[in-house]
Formats: sequence, C-alpha cells, structure tokens
Amino acid sequence: MFLKHLHLINFKNIELAQLELCEGINCFIGSNGAGKTNMLDAIYYMSFCKSFFNPIDSQNIRHEHDFFVIQGTYNLNDEKEHVYCGLKKGVKKQFKRNKKEYDKLSNHIGLLPLVMISPQDERLIVEGSEQRRKYIDSVISQYDRAYLEHLINYNRVISQRNVYLKNLKALNKAAHDMLDVWDFQILELGKKISKARALFLDELKPVFLEMYNFISGEKEVVEFAYKSHLNDDDFEVALRESRERDMILGYSTKGVHKDDVDFRIGGYPIKKMGSQGQKKTFLIALKLGQFKFLAEHKNRKPLLLLDDIFDKLDTQRGDRLIELVGGDFFNQIFITDTQLNRIKPVLRKINKESRIFMVEDGEFKQQ
Amino acid sequence: MNSESYPSQILESAVKEFSQLPGVGKKTALRLVLFLLKQEKNDVLRFADSLRRLREEIVYCKSCYNISDAELCDICASPKRDHETVCVVENIKDVMAIENTQQYFGIYHVLGGVISPMDGIGPDDLMLKPLIEKVEEGKIKELIFALPTTMEGDTTNFYLYRKFGDIEVKITTLARGVSIGDELEYTDEVTLGRSLVNRLPFEKTL
Repeated sequence: MFLKHLHLINFKNIELAQLELCEGINCFIGSNGAGKTNMLDAIYYMSFCKSFFNPIDSQNIRHEHDFFVIQGTYNLNDEKEHVYCGLKKGVKKQFKRNKKEYDKLSNHIGLLPLVMISPQDERLIVEGSEQRRKYIDSVISQYDRAYLEHLINYNRVISQRNVYLKNLKALNKAAHDMLDVWDFQILELGKKISKARALFLDELKPVFLEMYNFISGEKEVVEFAYKSHLNDDDFEVALRESRERDMILGYSTKGVHKDDVDFRIGGYPIKKMGSQGQKKTFLIALKLGQFKFLAEHKNRKPLLLLDDIFDKLDTQRGDRLIELVGGDFFNQIFITDTQLNRIKPVLRKINKESRIFMVEDGEFKQQ
Repeated sequence: MNSESYPSQILESAVKEFSQLPGVGKKTALRLVLFLLKQEKNDVLRFADSLRRLREEIVYCKSCYNISDAELCDICASPKRDHETVCVVENIKDVMAIENTQQYFGIYHVLGGVISPMDGIGPDDLMLKPLIEKVEEGKIKELIFALPTTMEGDTTNFYLYRKFGDIEVKITTLARGVSIGDELEYTDEVTLGRSLVNRLPFEKTL
C-alpha cells in the first residue's frame, strides 16, 4: 500500500499543495514553521479522520478561511483508492472513499494503517499512566473491534459506579448488592481487556527489543512490563475491600482503568534514568514494533511517518535507524528534516526510491 | 428574541410551558402557540382537557406498572394471557413494540427505567416490588429479560438476576444477533461475532 498523490487546500498553513509521491522515501525539508509537519498531519488525517496534533477540526483550517480539503489517491493491492476529506466551518465533516460518503468514520479507521513517530511521543514516557493506556488501546482497537466495545462498556461501568459512590450515604446491604453487580462487570470486562493488553504487549516485546538493540548497537538493556490490578492473586477480594475507600474518595480505585506499563532501562525507570537519546530510541523502537505488529495483523504494511526523527539521536543511532527503515520490511516512508545536507547522504545509503520536497511558507517544491 | 419582546404576558407564559417539552425550543414553542390561537376555541379546549385527563386520570397498573385506565391494565386483567410468564421491560414503548410482534402471550413488568446513577436512577427507583412479590410467591415460571442492549441494560439484568438467583424461576433473555433482511457484510463485528458464538441448531430455525 502507498500514497501516490496528495492534494491539499487550506490545511493549516498550506494554501495549496499537489504532490506526486514515490513508493519509497519522501522527504520534506524546510526550516521551522514551514509546514513539514502539517503535511504529515494531513496524511495522518486520511488514515484516522482526525489530526494527530489538534483534535478540534475547525482549528486545522488555514487562518481567515472557512474550509479545508485533503484528497489522496492510494494504491491498495494494485487498486486505486480515492480518499476525500472536507471540512467547512459549521458543517459536519465529510469523509468519502471512492466518492462514497461514510456513515460512520470508525468504518474507515484501519483501512489505511499508519504509524507516526513524532517528538510528541515523549509523553508516553514522561506523563502519567493514562497516556500509556491510551496508546495501547488505540493500537488494539485498530484491529480488534470487540476490544473497543468492551473498553467503552467498561468505562461506562466505572462512571456509573463512581456517580453511585459519590451519592452513597452508607455502605449497607442494598449498596453492597448493587456494587456486587458492577464489581462483577468490572471483573468480567476487565479480564477481557487485560487479556488483550497482555497479549498485545507480549507480542510487541520481542519486536521492540530487536528494534532497540539494532538502533542502539546493543548498548543498553531495556524492558517493559505490564502492570494490572487484575494480575494480583486476590483481585476480587481487593475490589470488595476497596469499597469503603472508594466511597470516601468518590471514585473507583481498583481495575484495569489503572493499568500501566513499566518502561525500564538497565533495571531502572527510563523516565528518571534515561538520557534524551535513550528515551527517543526507546520510543522509536516501540513504534517500529507497533509497525511490525500492525503489518502482521492487517496483512498490509502501514505508512511510516517520521517527524524530526534525527533530533537528539547520535550519528550512529541515526544511521542505524535509516539502515533499518531502508530495509525491505518497510514500504512507503515520509521524513521531515530541517537540513538538506543531513538527509542527502542518508538517502544515498539506501536502496530505495526517494523524492525530496523543499518546503517554504506552506509551499512544496519537488527537487 | 428576548423575553421583553412578547406583546402579551399570557402568550409568553404559554410559550414558556411549551418550550419545556423535549426537543422544543423557544421558536417552535411560539409557532405551536400561534397555531393553537388560530384554531377553533372548542378544539383547543378539548386539547387542554385531554392533557388534564392524561395527568389526573391515567394510572399505573398496580400489577405491572404499565400505563392504564384502570387499576389493572388490559393485559394483566385478561384471562387469555399466560400469567406465569413475565417479560421485564424498561418502559411502555417496549410493551407496545413486543405486543406488535403478536408472538407473546404472557404478561409484562415495566421497570420505568434501567439502573443508571448518571441519569439519577438507582436500584431503588425501579418499580420492583410487585414483581418480587409475585416471584417469591411462586406464581411465576419464567422471567424474560427484554431490557436495552446497553451497558445499563446489562447492569440491570445482572442486578435482577442476582435478586432472583435463589428462587426457583427460569430466567431467559432476548436473543441477540443478525437482523432479518440484513447483509452479513454490513453487520457490525460485535453482533456478528456474538451470533457466531451463540449459533443455533439449524432445525430450530425452520
């Protein structure tokens, strides 16, 4: 699968762009604020029906204009697929595949798998567990619809239980009877969610390690571990015993909504002990692992978007990364960078077709 | 339009009342009020009277909490119905839907809602008492749960199931699966997956 042609109007700072892309590596080169990342975001948009950076659609329209259009022509199993996304202020977003509008945007997500590696990924390490759960959930939901359904139901159970706890005056028999029901649902839905998360992380781990070791030159030992209340032996007892505390706090303290993944380097939390470059390597390996995972589950190689990838990496790591993504396992790649001299020698080393676009003030010119 | 611009206070208060209805805003309310003003006086008074009677005279069946004109609703009062089978539903609209199938000959029990603290409905707000009494007295052979297929419906199912768990009564629930006339490719994965897991022996579908 690859993106052949891209046509943008009024998307962020890009007034008009028409790009003919190659199946190998496409580079967007320009200074800060030129519009490189916005182009990646447009490509991301066509896969996920939303922006990677800004969830408020109308704020992705170019200033002082009232609509944007993104159109892409893909080659999917040698068939042409045309994707259209149009947004006009105050009107519902239009999303079409081969001129036919979707009833539900969720039906589109997953058709054009894509993995984006961006400096924003740092949040996965430095911020709270919610970011890591969100990440895991978004990957699993891309290939397992039932998972998404369980997750939505689980979150509703927690919300209902929380409201009930907040209004509860005494933990009497009637209250226990009611909480028994929600706890049963927390347990049953939680088991399914936890199982899917553990399975995903188990499958991801060997690929992640392979990628990390390759990029770092096997310099450090890294690992991650899934942490869930559900894995505790006496989860059911703990859930029951937490009722009093939950009532005082007004929310539910036990369950898979508190799951986390522990990222470690040399046995210590990477958040505290990792250098900037090590953190970046960790995140890149995680995302490339996700790429391989999606490729196998979807039987289709995702598009790979690399935003500002060389920043913070030393030359050896940067070189090995390029060697890696230049291999056969990856198909179409988009890279942004600020320096032409850095990217040119890199491209020479790879046995893949490449194209360079110079970006200035939202204008794209093929070199 | 702000409230000062109404030429009459009576008009304004009528608009205010109408705009409290679900889905009706100030503009629609004004349109409805002006429409009523144009109608024959007797028609409008009849309309008002039917509203008054609706509120004053309609009662809830003491046996099943269905809306009724008498103490017992037509269904509960009918000797032709099977009084040992009870279909538990959320509201009267569900009763009407199941009656329209012409496939059900038991009686109903209307809960008046499903457990959802977010909407201000706790377990004590459900109309359960007469049902529990009937089941405990051994008058019921089968309870059919026909609640919404939402998470809140499931929670309520579980809650009732546990309440009746120790009593000898058969508890069933509506089958969930592919709709008649649906193409498989357009069926959502969750429903289709469930239909596969709970597939039926072919003889039963004949």
